[in-house]
Amino acid sequence: MKEAVISVKNLVKKFGNFTANDDLNFEVYEGEIFGFLGANGAGKTTAIRILSGLSAPTSGDVTVAGYNAKKQPEQIKKNIGYMCQKFSLYEDLTVKENIMLYGGIYGLKKALIRERTDLLLEKLNFREYGDRLISDLPLGLRQKLAFSVAVLHEPKIVFLDEPTGGVDPITRRQFWEMIYEAAGRGITVFVTTHYMDEAEYCDRISIMSEGKIVALDTPADLKKQYHAASVEEVFVKIARPGNN
Amino acid sequence: MKRFLGFVNKEFLHIFRDVRTLIILFGIPVLQILLFGFVVSTDLKNAQVAFLDLSQDEMTQKISDKICSSGFFRRSETLLSYNDIDKVLRKNKTKAVIVFEKDFGRNLISEGKATISIITDGSEPNMATLITNYVTGIVTSFNMELAGTQAAGTFLVQPEVRMFYNPSLKGHFMFVPGVITLILIIICALMTSVTITREKEFGTMEVLLVSPLKPFQIILGKVIPYFLLSFINVILILLLSWFVFGLPVKGSLVLLLAESMLYILMSLTLGILISTVSKTMQQAIFISLVGMMLPTILLSGFIFPIENMPAGYGWVAALMPPKYFIIIIKNIMIKGTGFLYVWKETLILILFTLAFTGLSIRNFKIRLQ
Amino acid sequence: MQKIIEARGICKKFGKTQALKDISFEVSEGEIFGFIGPDGAGKTTLFRIIATLLIPDEGTMEVMGLDSVSGYRELRKNIGYMPGRFSLYQDLSVEENLNFYATVFGTTLKENYDLIADIYSHIEPFKKRLAGKLSGGMKQKLALSCALIHKPGLLILDEPTTGVDAVSRAEFWGMLRNLRQHNITIIVSTPYMDEAMKCDRVALIQAGRILSVNQPDKIREQFTRKLFSVQAPEKYKLIHALRSYPGTVTAYPFGDSVHVTFRSDEFDNSLYEYLRGMGITNVVIHETRAGIEDRFLELMEKGTTAIDRG
Repeated sequence: MKEAVISVKNLVKKFGNFTANDDLNFEVYEGEIFGFLGANGAGKTTAIRILSGLSAPTSGDVTVAGYNAKKQPEQIKKNIGYMCQKFSLYEDLTVKENIMLYGGIYGLKKALIRERTDLLLEKLNFREYGDRLISDLPLGLRQKLAFSVAVLHEPKIVFLDEPTGGVDPITRRQFWEMIYEAAGRGITVFVTTHYMDEAEYCDRISIMSEGKIVALDTPADLKKQYHAASVEEVFVKIARPGNN
Repeated sequence: MKRFLGFVNKEFLHIFRDVRTLIILFGIPVLQILLFGFVVSTDLKNAQVAFLDLSQDEMTQKISDKICSSGFFRRSETLLSYNDIDKVLRKNKTKAVIVFEKDFGRNLISEGKATISIITDGSEPNMATLITNYVTGIVTSFNMELAGTQAAGTFLVQPEVRMFYNPSLKGHFMFVPGVITLILIIICALMTSVTITREKEFGTMEVLLVSPLKPFQIILGKVIPYFLLSFINVILILLLSWFVFGLPVKGSLVLLLAESMLYILMSLTLGILISTVSKTMQQAIFISLVGMMLPTILLSGFIFPIENMPAGYGWVAALMPPKYFIIIIKNIMIKGTGFLYVWKETLILILFTLAFTGLSIRNFKIRLQ
Repeated sequence: MQKIIEARGICKKFGKTQALKDISFEVSEGEIFGFIGPDGAGKTTLFRIIATLLIPDEGTMEVMGLDSVSGYRELRKNIGYMPGRFSLYQDLSVEENLNFYATVFGTTLKENYDLIADIYSHIEPFKKRLAGKLSGGMKQKLALSCALIHKPGLLILDEPTTGVDAVSRAEFWGMLRNLRQHNITIIVSTPYMDEAMKCDRVALIQAGRILSVNQPDKIREQFTRKLFSVQAPEKYKLIHALRSYPGTVTAYPFGDSVHVTFRSDEFDNSLYEYLRGMGITNVVIHETRAGIEDRFLELMEKGTTAIDRG
C-alpha cells in the first residue's frame, strides 16, 4: 500500500446553518494524480481551502503532508504548491524575476533558486525567455512555466485548478507530461476542474455533490460502474441531485 | 423613448441599490457642511486683547473703546511698557496686544497718519490672522467715520476687501460656496465617469453597443439621474446652511439655481469626458479625484485666495472651471449681485460645457478598440 | 439554404499582433456553428467583428445580407450577443436584468416569452435574486435569456460554457438544440474540443487562422492515419518508450491512455517486445476512432512543420 499524503476522516465544515462539507472521507497517495470534481457550489472550494491550510475544519481529522490541518496550517502551506489557470505569475515581471520571487516566498536559498532556475529553463527549452516579461510569452508557455514554479520548492502536494483549460492541444499534452513527470518524482497532484476530459487524465477521481463525496474511483472503473462512455456522462448522471 | 426611459430607470436602480453611492451622494455633502460649519469655525468672540497706549489721548481712547465694544474683543489688561508685552502673551490668555504709538492723536491730525501696531501670538496663526483682520476692519471703519467729519485722505490702514461684503464678520459665509462647488464637481464628474467605466469593466457596455440604443441615449441616460440628484443636493446644502447657520441667499434664488444647473451640467460633461479616456473604474476614480478634487481645493480660490498665487498658478487656476462658479455663487449668495455681474463667468462655464461635450462625442466609441 | 454569415479574407491586427489572418467561412440559416480553438486563437476578435463591435483591417463580413461595418445600425437590432464575461448587471435582479434588455431592444418579456420559456423557466423561481448572487450555471442561463429576448436572427455566444460545471453545460447545449425550432442561427465559440460534437458544423481555429471547417464527424474522419490507443500502468514511461519506438509517428497522452500513430498504420509483436525491453508490461493496445482533438493536433503539427520548412 502506498503512503497517504492527504488523509481526510469525517471532515465537516459548517458556515452557520449551512454544511459545506458533510462528512468527507478519502485518502490521496504519494505520487498520485487525483481529480477532485463537483458541480458549482458542491463544496469543492471549501474542501480545498481546508486541505491547503487556509481554513480550519469544523470537525474531523485532516492530515496533509504529515501535518494536522487544524493545528499546523502554516506547516502545510510550506509543503504544498498551488497553481490556478486565472492567475499564477506576475505579468509585469520577467520569467527569472517570477521564479526568484516564488523561490524567495518558499524560503529557498538564493544559490539554490539560481540552480533550479537554470535547470527549469533548460528543461522547458526556455533559455532565451529568461529575461522576457511574462506578458510577452504565449499562453501555452506561461502555463507550463506556472506549473514549474508551483513545484519549484519540491512540495509534497501541488494543487492545480483547471490547469489546462483553454490551452491548445499540443501544449496541453506537454503540460500533462510535466504532471506525469512530477508525479513520477513522488509529488502528489491534486486537480480540480469543470472539464471532464481533463479528469480522464487522473489516476483516481472523486465527485462531490451537495457537500458529500458521491463517487471515488479510477476513471475506467467509474465508467464501467455507471455504464458510461466518458467521465462526463458519469458526472452528469450523479453530480446534480435536484435543480441548481 | 421607451428604450431610453428603461435605461434611465436602470440607472436609478443602480444608484438606489448601492448604499455606498447614496452615502457619497447625500451623506458627504451634509457631513462636509456641518464639519466646516462647526469645526473649522472662523468666528471671533470675546477674544482677550491687551492695550499699550503710549499716547493716552482722545483718539486712542475712541479707537480702543470701539474695539472693545465690537463684541469680538474684550480688554484683558492695560500695559505700561513694551517689556510687558512678552509677559502678557506668554500667559496665553491674551491673544493680542494693541499698541498706540507716542503722540498718536497729534500725528494723525498734523501728518494725516498715525501708527497702530497689532502684536499677535504667532503660534496660533489662524487666530492671529483673524484678529489682525478684525482689528484692521474696525480701524478702517473708524477711518471712514473720521473721513466723514474731516478732510478726505486720512486713512490709517488699508481696508481689507473681504470685510466689505461680510459686514457681520461671520465665518460660515465663506465656506458654503466652496463646499457646494467642490461637492458638485466631485459627485458629477466622479459618479458619471465611474458608472460609465463600470459598464466597460463588467462587459455590459459591449452588449449596450450591440443594442439599438444610440450613444447619446446611453450618455444622456447616465447623466439624467445624476443631474437630478445633484440638483437636489444643491437645494439640500442651501437649506442646511440657512437653517443651521442662518445663512440666507442674498441675491436671486432663481439665478443661483439656474447657475447651479449650468455648473452641474458642466461637471457631468467633464465626467463623461473622463470616462471616454479611462478603461477602468480605478482610472476614472483616480483622474476624478486627483485631477479634479485637489485642483478644486487648492486652485479654485476655495481655500487659498487666487490673488495671492504666483503668476503661473494663476494661469492654471484660470483653467479650473470651479474657480468661475465660486465667483458666481459668492456674488449671488453673499454680495447679492445680479446676472450683470456674473455674465462673464457664466459664459466661460457655458464654453467649458460645450468643449467637454464636443470632446466626449468625438471620443465616444460606437465600437470597441 | 440562405447564408447568414459570409466572411471573406478577414484580417485584423492589434499593434504587432496578428489576431486574425485571412479568415473565410459561411454560416447557413438555422445552423449551430462552432468555433473551436484555444484561448488567444482569435475567437473573441472574430465574434466582435461579426457583432459590429470591431472593424476588420481587410476582408468583408456580411451578416444577414448586410455589411457588418456599414450596416451596423440595422444589424444591431437583429443580433443577440453574449460576450465572454456574462454581461449582466450584478446589482440588478434576474427579472430587472431581463426587463432592462427587453426595453433596450424595444420589446417586452411577455412578447417573446415562448422563445425563452425553456431557458428562463430554470431561473424564474429565483427572479427576485440579484444576478451577482447566482451560480455560474444560472448566470449563463440568464445571460442567454437576455441575449434572446428580442428574438434575434443571429445569436453570437462567445465562450458561453467557460467556468460552468458539466451538468449546466449539458443543459445549456440542450437548450441551444431546442432553439433551432425557432429558426435562430447560432454561432458559438469554445476552447473545449469535446463540445465540437454538439455543433452542426465547426471551424477549428488556431493562432488567428482557420485550420478546418466541416461537420464534426467529417473532421474526425479527415484524420489521415489509423489511430491506436495504448494503455499501461506507468504512463510517463510509456509515452517516452512509444516515442522512441522506431515505427512510431506520434505519441500523445490522451486521458487514461496514449494515442499513437505508426508509419505503417499497424503494429506487430515487436512493439510489445520493445516495450517489455523498456520494462513496460501489461500493455493493452486497440485501434480507436480519432476525436476532434486528435485531428486538431494533427492539423497543428502540419502547420508547424509547414512553417518550419518555410
